Order: sequence, then C-alpha cells, then structure tokens
Amino acid sequence: MSIVHVKINGIPVEVEAGTTVLHAARAAGVRIPTLCYHDDLVPFGSCGLCIVKQEGSAKIIRACAAPVHEGLSVITDDPEIFEVRKTILELILSTHPSSCLTCIRNGECELQDLAAEFGIREQPYEVRLSDEPKDTSSASIVLDPEKCIKCGRCVQVCQDLQGTFALEFIGRGDGTCMAPAAMLALDDSPCVKCGQCAAHCPVGAIYEKDEIGAFRAAVSDPKKKVVVQIAPSIRVGLSETFGLPAGTVTTGKIYAALKQLGAYAVHDTNFSADLTIIEEGHELVGRITKGGAMPLLTSCCPSWIDYVEKYYPDLLDHVSSCKSPMQMHGAITKTFYAEKAGLDPSEIFAVAIMPCTAKKYESKRDENMKASGFQDVDLVLTTRELGRLIKNSPVDFLKLEEEEADSPIGEYSGAGTIFGATGGVMEAAVRTAYNVVTGKEMERVEVEAVRGLDEIKKGTVDFDGTPIRVAVVHGLSHAKEVLDEIREANANGTKAPYEFIEIMACRGGCIAGGGQPYGANDILRKERSEGLYADDKKSTFRCSHQNPSILKLYEDFLGSPNGEKAHHLLHTTYQERPLYKA
Amino acid sequence: MSESNENKFSPELLSFINEWKDKPGNLIMVLHKVQEEQDYISREAADQVAALLDVPLATIWGVVSFYHFFKLTKPGKHNIQICMGTACYLKGAQPLIDELAKQLAIEVNEVTDDGLFSLEAVRCVGCCGLAPVLTVGGEVFGKVTKDQIAGIIAKYK
Ligand code: SF4
Ligand code: SF4
Ligand code: SF4
Ligand code: FES
Ligand code: FES
Repeated sequence: MSIVHVKINGIPVEVEAGTTVLHAARAAGVRIPTLCYHDDLVPFGSCGLCIVKQEGSAKIIRACAAPVHEGLSVITDDPEIFEVRKTILELILSTHPSSCLTCIRNGECELQDLAAEFGIREQPYEVRLSDEPKDTSSASIVLDPEKCIKCGRCVQVCQDLQGTFALEFIGRGDGTCMAPAAMLALDDSPCVKCGQCAAHCPVGAIYEKDEIGAFRAAVSDPKKKVVVQIAPSIRVGLSETFGLPAGTVTTGKIYAALKQLGAYAVHDTNFSADLTIIEEGHELVGRITKGGAMPLLTSCCPSWIDYVEKYYPDLLDHVSSCKSPMQMHGAITKTFYAEKAGLDPSEIFAVAIMPCTAKKYESKRDENMKASGFQDVDLVLTTRELGRLIKNSPVDFLKLEEEEADSPIGEYSGAGTIFGATGGVMEAAVRTAYNVVTGKEMERVEVEAVRGLDEIKKGTVDFDGTPIRVAVVHGLSHAKEVLDEIREANANGTKAPYEFIEIMACRGGCIAGGGQPYGANDILRKERSEGLYADDKKSTFRCSHQNPSILKLYEDFLGSPNGEKAHHLLHTTYQERPLYKA
Repeated sequence: MSESNENKFSPELLSFINEWKDKPGNLIMVLHKVQEEQDYISREAADQVAALLDVPLATIWGVVSFYHFFKLTKPGKHNIQICMGTACYLKGAQPLIDELAKQLAIEVNEVTDDGLFSLEAVRCVGCCGLAPVLTVGGEVFGKVTKDQIAGIIAKYK
C-alpha cells in the first residue's frame, strides 16, 4: 500500500492510498458529520450530510465514499457547507415525525443528535409522513416505516452481512419503503430475527420488541418467583450503557441490579454454556466414533438455526441436537433448580437477559421449548432493554456492590464465558472434547486459531494424534461458503474437510448481537471480546468439564451426558421451513 | 396459489429464461418477457423467476416496484388507458379520469370488482391531433368528452 499526503482543513496527514476522506479526516482529528455511513458497511452515499469541498476546485465530495489521492486538500466546514448540511437535515425532518419524546431511540438516536448539534429549531418545510403501518408481526423486531430516513443501512445489513434478503427497498421516490418482498409481513418473510438491521438503524425505524412491561408485571406479582439468567455477552455489553469503557466486565453488578429489580434468584447462562459443551462434546465424539452426519454444526444461535431450516434444510442432520444454553437453562431451572429450591415450577417466571432479538422468537419456537412441562423460558429481554429497565428504576448501577449468582446453577467456567465471542463455542468445545477423547487436560487451553474477526476461521487441533479440523463462521452471509462445501460433498458421497463447525449469525458473535448497545463496529467488537477473554483467563476453572456444579448436576439429576433425561430436557429437533410463509 | 395454472410460463418463455440465465442484466429482460406474456408480474410469476434465475424474491420485488413499466396487479379484461401527455392533459384528460373513476368506482391502477375494467394513466400515445385520447384494449377514442364516457363503458360491458 502506498502512502499519500493530504490536507484536511490545512492539517497535513499521511494515509494509505484508497482511504476515504472521512477516515483521513478522523486521522487528522477532524469530525465530519455522517448519517447514512456506518463503519460495518460499504458507503452508499445516500444522505449527503458528509459533503466537503475540494480546495482549488468547485467540486463537492461525499467524504464517506470518496477516496483520497496524493495532494488532495479538503475543507470540511465553512458557512456554506454548514447551510447545505442544515438544509439536508431540515429536508429529512420534513418526512420524519417529531415524536422523539415517545420514541424508543430517545437519547440514542443519530438523527436526534444531529438535529441537536446543528441547532435545528424549526421546520421550514411542509411535513409529509409515510402512512405505511407499523409491522409488528415478528416476535423479535418491529418495523416502523414512518420513522425511516431511507439511509439504506438495514437493507445492506440484511442482504450483504446476513445473506438473508428479508428486506429490500420497495417502490420508488417518496414512496420508497424498506420491507420484505411483495410488502409481506416480516414474519412471513425469510427474516431470521437477528436484529442486525435494528442494531444498525440510525433512528427508531427498526427496533427490538420491547417487553420491559412484562418483567415489571412479573416482579410485582406476589404469586410469581422471577428467576433470571444472564447470557455470557451481557457482562461485557451492558457496561457501555452506563458509560464504562467497552469491554468492562460487570457481572457482579448485573446480578446485584437484577436482585434490586425484584428477581427472586439470579443465575448465569454461562453455567448452561458449560452444560451445552458437555452435551455437544459427547455428541461430537459420539459421531466421530460411532458415525452420524459429519461435520457437526453448532446450534447455539437461533438466527443461524432459522437460516439453516429455511436455506439449507438438506443439512439439518448435521446440526447438533443440543438446545441453546438459554433453553437448556430454562429447562433445568423449572426441574432441577425448582426441586432444590423447593419451588413449584408453575410459580417460576423464567427470564433470560440476552444480547439477541432472535432469542425472543426461540423461546416460543415449538413444543420442545416446554421440556419441563412448562414454558421453559417465559420472557427474553435484550441488553438494551435491561439497560432501560435499570435506568428507569432506583438502581444506581455504577455504585452497586458486586454480588454472586445463586447456586446451584450459577457457577461457571471460563469456557462458558467465551461463548459470547465468535469462536468461543468452538474453543470451549475443544477444551472439553480433548479431555473426553484423550482423558487428559490441554496444557494450554487457548485456541488462537478460532479467535478474532476473520470471517471464516479454519484450524486443526491435535487430539493426541487425531487431527480435528474445525471452522468458525460469523456473519451469516459467510456461512454459504462452508455450507455449499458440505452440500457438494454430500452430493458426491464424500466428506467436507471438517469435523466441527461453529456458526453465529452476528459479526463478532453475540458480543455484537442485535440486542446489544448501539454503535458496534470492529473496534468495539474487539474490545468486547477482549473483556470476555480476560474474564476467562481469571477463572478458577477454564474448562466446562471441570465446573463442579455441572458434575453435581449430572450426578444428582441428569445421569449421563446424552442420556435419556438429558435428551428429553436438553436436546431438540429441527424442521424444514418455507422461505416465505405467505 | 389458485392462479398458478394461469401463470404457467409458456415453453418459449422458459427457453428464453434459460438462454438468459447466466447473462448479466438478465433480470429486467426476463421480467419484461414475463409481463409481455402475462400482462403483469404476479406473485407466482415472481416466485418462479426467483427459482429459475436463483435470485432472491426481494431483489425481484425491488426491481418491479421501482419501474413504472411493471404492473403488479392483473389488468381488467378491458384496460382503459387515458393519455396524460401534454396535449391531452391540456385538452382536459384529468376530468376524463375523474369521470371514469366515478363511473367505474375505482382509482387509477385499480381493477373493478368484476375484473372487467382497469384504469391506467399513460404517456403520449402518439395521436395528439385527437386529444384528449383514451384507448380500450387496442381501440383508440379521440376528442373524448365527459358525456361520452358512459357510452364507451357500455360498449364493453
Ligand atoms: S432481523 Fe436480520 S434477517 Fe431479519 S430483517 Fe433484520 S437483518 Fe434481516
Ligand atoms: S429502517 Fe433504519 S436503517 Fe433501514 S433505511 Fe430506514 S432509517 Fe435506514
Ligand atoms: S450470534 Fe448471538 S446475538 Fe447474534 S443472533 Fe446468534 S445468538 Fe443471537
Ligand atoms: S454519510 Fe456520506 S452520504 Fe451519508
Ligand atoms: S398527448 Fe395524448 S396522444 Fe399525444
């Protein structure tokens, strides 16, 4: 890469050729306002807010999309640029409702921030709003076309990052609307509920189905015992909501906050991540030694499951029958835990705090999610909902004293913690499968090959002479490559060159799930993951099979891994689903 | 899916699609041909094109909803096109549309409940001397006045 010299408002900077003006400006410490641009996406330059002037030329450049060249000198701000940007904002506001006070994005909206920064005080243009109705058909997210500013982020996310093609721009001109084909309801479309569109939307046009009210109702119902689990990635996600640096781990404070919010008991999904590893590890070893569809594909991520059921139903035999940690946890909560705590499962209201909008759908997926004889998980709240719940309660999060999770399903290993990052399930599985196969412990438990943000990570782990070939995929659009490989191998009667494959729908894994705090980009993904890996490193136990509470669960209750009871409570089935329900 | 028989692609259309399958820009060409044969792009036809070209249905819908040319609803047995070209517009095409809409009880781009008539506003049809002009099926009516509308409709009932 060659280096070019450019000037931003007279400040000289050296950047790599091909860098955009926007990034060169950032390198020079100059802020340029943006609206449609997002670090995760290819710039499409739809809003025009980032315009700058090229010195010595009449040219107006869109900083987010234009690459720099040697000798380029740009002016990013003068009275004329300011007026143009302000007019752009006023025009956007002429098709946008002024309902900030009642909007889910109030205080966290990119458009609201810009209107504040530019000091917009009046609306000089006649306001015309879309009359497309809200789409509330999905269990996970809501589409509100009235608030859409047609930036295009969601469409690119859904098509290019997720490969799902649920959303498209339908129509033309003023009537354009982001929606599924034929203006179908989202629930009838191929949408896999990942919520990445919601996480990337700059405004309140796509958002998680807010169910905070159900939590409040449950904790104030004297007949209900609210029992909460928190997912691995919540402990690094929530901190940003309270202004802490990305990657800060606040596990003990979250337990404490939930107790103050009225939870009867607080448990950790990390415990059930460990449980998943025991079940899935034995399933893997079983398939290697006794036969079965290979390679084995992970099953923790409900969006990925929805995707494979719709797009690759011929590969369902390859998918692990293990439920996700959340669902395993729900089933154990209303059986084993209820018994130990002396509670009637019918009085338990099981809540899961998740990074994920798809988990809302998963909890009500089918009858397998009632393995305990009751709804195993009654309510799923995303990290963002938990943040709002805490903010409108008396809890002062930053001042909370740390607390412990309640036993006997609160203890976890570091392997359970890293589930939240891409490659984490694989790394945790390797740590335990190695022990199952060889009877020994790994000398060094870190599996670097599966960490980091490369879209498809491949590696081979040596199990005492037996090579185990693994692949890790995150960002659903990249799954196609390995899935097509398996499909082709199956058609030819051969085997794809892997034993075990982890697939997570969201780029970076659950640390950047569709329900996590806004603003995730690769810098934040890295910091959030590092938080989890650091927490793992500090753990007393690094491997799931070393977790004493897990061993006790098998001893007292489940019997053997993949045994009959385990199968009934912890495993599930899949079915082919049509891309379009209507 | 009740219309699926009606929406069967002809052998010619299928071979056209096959021929264009791997060529860039094929989607619009194929959709053109489909509309030529079926008068509009039905959901079933879009599903078929999606399967035949291995293109997401959403992409097809993005295209057909973007271009005015594509029709998403089945036209009536008699499609009434009112010219809204400059000459016709100046000579009073809008009152004709209003009258047609009133008598047929539909808006532009809609079809009557019995499926008999649909209404469409089009660009200059090339008989400006006869403005205002409307066409029904292929038949052209020139220098149309409001009070002729009822008669024109009756002719096709
Ligand atoms: S939730 Fe995911 S699959 Fe569904 S529309 Fe949004 S990005 Fe697409
Ligand atoms: S829904 Fe949100 S992300 Fe999608 S185009 Fe509208 S404003 Fe942009
Ligand atoms: S990667 Fe995690 S957050 Fe994203 S859809 Fe899957 S389970 Fe949910
Ligand atoms: S941010 Fe550059 S055009 Fe929208
Ligand atoms: S303007 Fe109507 S025919 Fe030309």
